[in-house]
Amino acid sequence: MTYEISIDGKSYRLDLNKEDGRWKCALDGEPVEVDAVIARPNVMSVIIGGQAFEVKRERTATDMHFWVKSARFAVDVRDPRSLRSRRAKGGGVEGPQKLLAPMPGKIVRIISAAGTEVEAGHGVLVIEAMKMQNELKSPKKGTVKQILVAEGASVAAGEVLAIVE
Amino acid sequence: MFKKVLIANRGEIAVRVIRACRELGVRSVAVYSDVDRASLHVRKADEAYHIGPATASESYLNIGKILGVAKLAGVDAIHPGYGFLSENPTFARACADAGIKFIGPPPTAMEMMGSKTRARQHMEKAGVPFVPGSTRGMEFEQTRETAEKIGYPVMLKAAAGGGGKGMRLVRDPKDLKSSFEAARSEAERSFSDSEVYIEKYIENPRHIEVQVFADEHGNCVYLGERECSVQRRHQKVLEESPSPIVTPEMRRQMGEIAVQAAQACGYTNAGTIEFIADQNRNFYFLEMNTRLQVEHPVTELVTGLDLVHLQFHVACGEKLPFAQDDVQLRGHAIECRIYAEDPDNNYFPSPGKITLLLLPSGPGIRRDSGMYEGWSVPIDYDPLLAKLIGYGASREEAISRLQRALYEYFVGGIKTNISLFRRILAHPDFRAGKLDTGFLDRLLADSSNKIADDERHEDKVRVAAIAAGLFAVLEPAAAATSNGNAAESTPAKPSEWKQSGRIEALRSR
Repeated sequence: MTYEISIDGKSYRLDLNKEDGRWKCALDGEPVEVDAVIARPNVMSVIIGGQAFEVKRERTATDMHFWVKSARFAVDVRDPRSLRSRRAKGGGVEGPQKLLAPMPGKIVRIISAAGTEVEAGHGVLVIEAMKMQNELKSPKKGTVKQILVAEGASVAAGEVLAIVE
Repeated sequence: MFKKVLIANRGEIAVRVIRACRELGVRSVAVYSDVDRASLHVRKADEAYHIGPATASESYLNIGKILGVAKLAGVDAIHPGYGFLSENPTFARACADAGIKFIGPPPTAMEMMGSKTRARQHMEKAGVPFVPGSTRGMEFEQTRETAEKIGYPVMLKAAAGGGGKGMRLVRDPKDLKSSFEAARSEAERSFSDSEVYIEKYIENPRHIEVQVFADEHGNCVYLGERECSVQRRHQKVLEESPSPIVTPEMRRQMGEIAVQAAQACGYTNAGTIEFIADQNRNFYFLEMNTRLQVEHPVTELVTGLDLVHLQFHVACGEKLPFAQDDVQLRGHAIECRIYAEDPDNNYFPSPGKITLLLLPSGPGIRRDSGMYEGWSVPIDYDPLLAKLIGYGASREEAISRLQRALYEYFVGGIKTNISLFRRILAHPDFRAGKLDTGFLDRLLADSSNKIADDERHEDKVRVAAIAAGLFAVLEPAAAATSNGNAAESTPAKPSEWKQSGRIEALRSR
């Protein structure tokens, strides 16, 4: 089967097939001999041409990262057969964008109320956690369609706080 | 020895003290707020009692509630840890009134050392060296005269201050007036006390502190020093013992002065005298911390002593079991404070659920931790998660063991400052022991000193791509795209039926 994998913005095509109990793998068409074992959930031991790697998969509320040794990569995996992936593919900053809470915390201030026109990078809300405040910025130029939280509200990581269109 | 001790704290220090209780055959009593029910200290203690909401003033800082639990559980003593009520003389006094031993110094010593100006007046009498400046708060005109006398640059400081609040550096005489007023109003706002004093500013200072220990029979010893110059926003990040610049003669001088200072205020139990040192090894008294310090493990490793055990023995009225000449320093220890902070977002706190935790071990590695896999770091308290301490026969060996351990250490689901320690330990100035309190800010401002990788970056990218695909096949439930089930914080266990069905389906393709 074939996956489309984007790492820190760059795309790779990965063909993976199991033959006689071994993985046949090709990265961007180039064959790679690989042996992999899941050591525990989210931890994989990968051996490629005798080189051993411990790879960790980390999912937070808003994204997924892979760690190879001590290097961290933002990774997006798409299975082209999957409907959800196909729908998500058009993503980018087109259409309505959700602003998610990057961490659990308390909303201390709403900078741009619903209806405000914002530039990309313009502050929308301020969230506080562990006595520190963090400004959440608009991902695109547009209008704040909706603010889904009130000042003073406690929010969970990944909660939708606002929508910018 | 005590029969039962309450630990009026949380996090890694509560776990540390509970461990000492178990080693000494003392029953331990934990207290917890609403958000700490699942915290590690509650799991490790013999007894645990709820004391209120997350807000510290209604739980860990609430003297009435803590003493209520202490009476209910029938404890002999209370260990305050660090932070919270540990340096609160009112609490120490309330413990004494309730017939419960406070494991720490007498309240009179805390009061004397709690105000920087009062501490200075007493310490100068005891012959302790000070940075030139005023011993108490002054009006502007006097402050200006003192500044002329001691010479610029000068530092204005709040008498009741701490943590960098109410502090102003003045390099130019014409800025003195505005800085003086700003420091006063900040001091008033932060501490309800506008008293501001002035000191000569030491360029590129080192922060070196001496551990002291006193029993209740007049014996007091010093247990070597700790270098704590690696700081950010006046918060310590990494500490080591011994200091790379302290010579045996300087250690003896600092130690003897530290003991004099402790004795001058009638000190008992564990305490720390903080000094500021210039690059010519002149040192001046900064303040006394009247509690066990976060960084006490580095002293434990180089002296071979267990400071918490010692605190218990001394608080029971026992004599110190050794004399100054028996104290020998051996080897080198370095501590990294692992914080829940995001290195890519200006070290902003990063609470949340720890989804994966891989722990280092092996020779010369000690971990004092309050976290575990599956635990959610609450948003309400200090972001210190754990301390990783490396020990070796030499400084170089301690550094290489720590580097190796940091390579093994992995905390997933939240952001931590682990990568920062890789940069610090690899930095040529750090390795040369060339430290001052500005070291870390300079390191962070300079993006060019990223660590040289052992493999080419492109190779790792290829490994990440291959692993991402393999994960999607082998452990698919959690491999949804970032646009998928994002709000779900725990990956569901993959159905084995579904998984083998899927693999079969792939085979037949």
